[in-house]
Amino acid sequence: MIWLTWRQFRAQALVAVGALAAFAAALAVTGPRLAHSYSTGLAGCTTLGDCSRFTQRFFADHQPLFLALSSVVLFLPALIGLFWGAPLVSRELEAGTHRLAWTQTVTRTRWLAVKLTLVGLAAMALAGLTTLAVSWWASPLDRISGGRIPRLTPPLFETRGIVPIGYAAFAFALGVTVGILLRRTVAAMAVALVAFIAVQIAVPLWVREHLMPPTHAITAVTADNIDGFELHQDSLVVSVDAPDPQGWLLSNRTIDAAGNVVASLPAEVAAACVPSPPTAQEITERKEAPGVKQQCFAAISRLGYRQDVVYQPGSRFWPLQWIETGLFGAVALALTAVCFRRIRRVS
Amino acid sequence: MELRVIEFHLDSRSGVSPYQQLVRQVRHALRLGLLRKGDQLPTVKDVVAALAINPNTVLKAYRELEHEGLVAARPGLGTFVTATLTDGSLAAHQPLSQDLRRWLAKARLAGLDEESIEALFMATFRASTREEIA
Amino acid sequence: MTAVLRTHELGKRYRQRWALTDCTLDIPAGRVVGLVGRNGAGKTTLLNMAVGQLEPTTGTIEVLGGRPASGAAQLAKVGYVAQDTPTYSGLSVAEHLRLGARLNPAWDDTLAQDRVGRLGLDPTQRAGKLSGGQRAQLALTLGIAKRPQLLVLDEPVAALDPIARREFLQALMEAAAEQELSVLLSSHLVADLERVCDYLIVIDAARVRVAGEIEDLLASHHRLTGPRRDLDTLPADQHVVTASHTDRQTTLVIRTNSTIHDPAWTVSELDLEDLVLAYMSSQGTTDRNHSPRPSLAVQR
Repeated sequence: MIWLTWRQFRAQALVAVGALAAFAAALAVTGPRLAHSYSTGLAGCTTLGDCSRFTQRFFADHQPLFLALSSVVLFLPALIGLFWGAPLVSRELEAGTHRLAWTQTVTRTRWLAVKLTLVGLAAMALAGLTTLAVSWWASPLDRISGGRIPRLTPPLFETRGIVPIGYAAFAFALGVTVGILLRRTVAAMAVALVAFIAVQIAVPLWVREHLMPPTHAITAVTADNIDGFELHQDSLVVSVDAPDPQGWLLSNRTIDAAGNVVASLPAEVAAACVPSPPTAQEITERKEAPGVKQQCFAAISRLGYRQDVVYQPGSRFWPLQWIETGLFGAVALALTAVCFRRIRRVS
Repeated sequence: MELRVIEFHLDSRSGVSPYQQLVRQVRHALRLGLLRKGDQLPTVKDVVAALAINPNTVLKAYRELEHEGLVAARPGLGTFVTATLTDGSLAAHQPLSQDLRRWLAKARLAGLDEESIEALFMATFRASTREEIA
Repeated sequence: MTAVLRTHELGKRYRQRWALTDCTLDIPAGRVVGLVGRNGAGKTTLLNMAVGQLEPTTGTIEVLGGRPASGAAQLAKVGYVAQDTPTYSGLSVAEHLRLGARLNPAWDDTLAQDRVGRLGLDPTQRAGKLSGGQRAQLALTLGIAKRPQLLVLDEPVAALDPIARREFLQALMEAAAEQELSVLLSSHLVADLERVCDYLIVIDAARVRVAGEIEDLLASHHRLTGPRRDLDTLPADQHVVTASHTDRQTTLVIRTNSTIHDPAWTVSELDLEDLVLAYMSSQGTTDRNHSPRPSLAVQR
């Protein structure tokens, strides 16, 4: 049975190995160069004192490649589910070869178990190796991007660590299950893809932030942590960065001295902070020169306004990775159980 | 390596059951001297591979021939001819032959041509065979 | 001798429709069993249940003393050549044999290689490139070399030309002779069944109409023609299978084990095709003007 599984999987495996080898080769060539130019540049700018301009430019230079490689890791599980998972059983059902396979001296359960295990493990290995390669290549950039795109935020979270392995297992199991239920390869591929994408949108949006209880913090609004002001007609809304620069900001609310949430800051704050509002349009301002805004921040703190921030600290990266991987792994196992139950009743 | 002494064929239109056809073909071959004492009949496997018929049919035919004393099955070796039908069997039926000649003469006198004589004979022969079974 | 197939009130329902119902059979081993019926009559359903591809809705089925597909031991006893003889189009002939060797402990590789050699199949040829007859022979090789006690075939020769058909049946009968194999095959070509089968099952409209040794069936069924007659006047031991009347004449197909004494009847024998047709159209009496025309292929 192992031989048969390998023989049927051979073409797909060779494509994957070939692609991975080419991919790894490209990374191996460019990676050390990247690390080298980063370290020399860093050494150069520390002597000058301020590295922020160097890091910004370095990141901007490599951003397209950075995003492209991270996208590969992002899309890989979906492709695995589509091309390895969906056809695994449905192609046999469509061609009628299950009537040949299931009347040899091997039970359906064992047949499915060997196929699921071998191809599933291959899928997880592929996802793991790809993620590892990209994480290694992008480590200098990850260190820089920490300020702008922390590892903890989507979609970067989905392309680092071990969650891609969980996604691959889930996508594969989903593909196989849909294939068994629908019995047609193309339809199964379509349905599995849509379902997988839906899950991958829903989890970062609604599920992940609750996997561990987020941290509340009440901070003053200062020049250091200001993110921006928004002015709509009469209301002024302020937002700040998370206290932890590596953290994942979830929500931002202004509270007054008594602790009540306010929807907008009063007019005198607006006068101090946003002197000449042009029209009733949003203005988002980046960090201004310190002097101009001192009256602004002084006014805010004098009136007792503070910011209530909800965020996940950067230190939670690995715990969340493990929890999310475990979650997807459990769902994959549940789908596998569905597969085994269903395969006994297929005809 | 045995010789292929006889080849069977089946006439699906003849109305005679397959196993009977095999029996008759063996007897016919014996009568003509194509099969002699000690010859081995084709194995069941070979007959079946040539004709695409049920092995039990062949087994039944060989059993009937054995029952008639014409062949004997030797386990592991095959089925072998033990008797012939050529020696004087026709001679032994001389009186019957003469009766037949007389009948033929009568039929010709009655004005029947060759075809009619044959048709009359076959029809009567078949009818009487059926009556025997019923 | 254990029965090769034993069923008791076996039935299979798909949503609203019963594909097979009230099927009770007891087939002895060592036979070549022919299963005949129209398309959609229930043949494939019965065969699929015998090899464990399908679960019954009602009733029980027992093959060679065990429940179909109940484990590796049971699967080893039964070989299956499904309709359209499925093969892996991407695998070569040699790889198919390897599949058989890896998945079947009782695999006889010498037999398989010998057959492939005699058939003149190129071992490196992919199964998708073989002709219909060659694919059927490959599927048959896989079934035979597994050394089962029962080989089940679902319309194996339906799509083959006459030469390929004859070669397939020759190979099948040779294997049956050599291995003491029981065979269960379905077909709608009565002429083929006549040559190879010694046991017959007729299925029509999801029911078994008749089942028995062909020799016994042919001996016990007769066609009676005579003057127009009311069926109530027949003796009790004569069971009417079909009856048709014109104004003056009655024609019956009856089943009986005793002799027919009534001189008013002209008694004639049936061949296998007549027998099958009689059971497939037997809804009772019919008027000659409206006789149904069963769609059985007649091949001579």
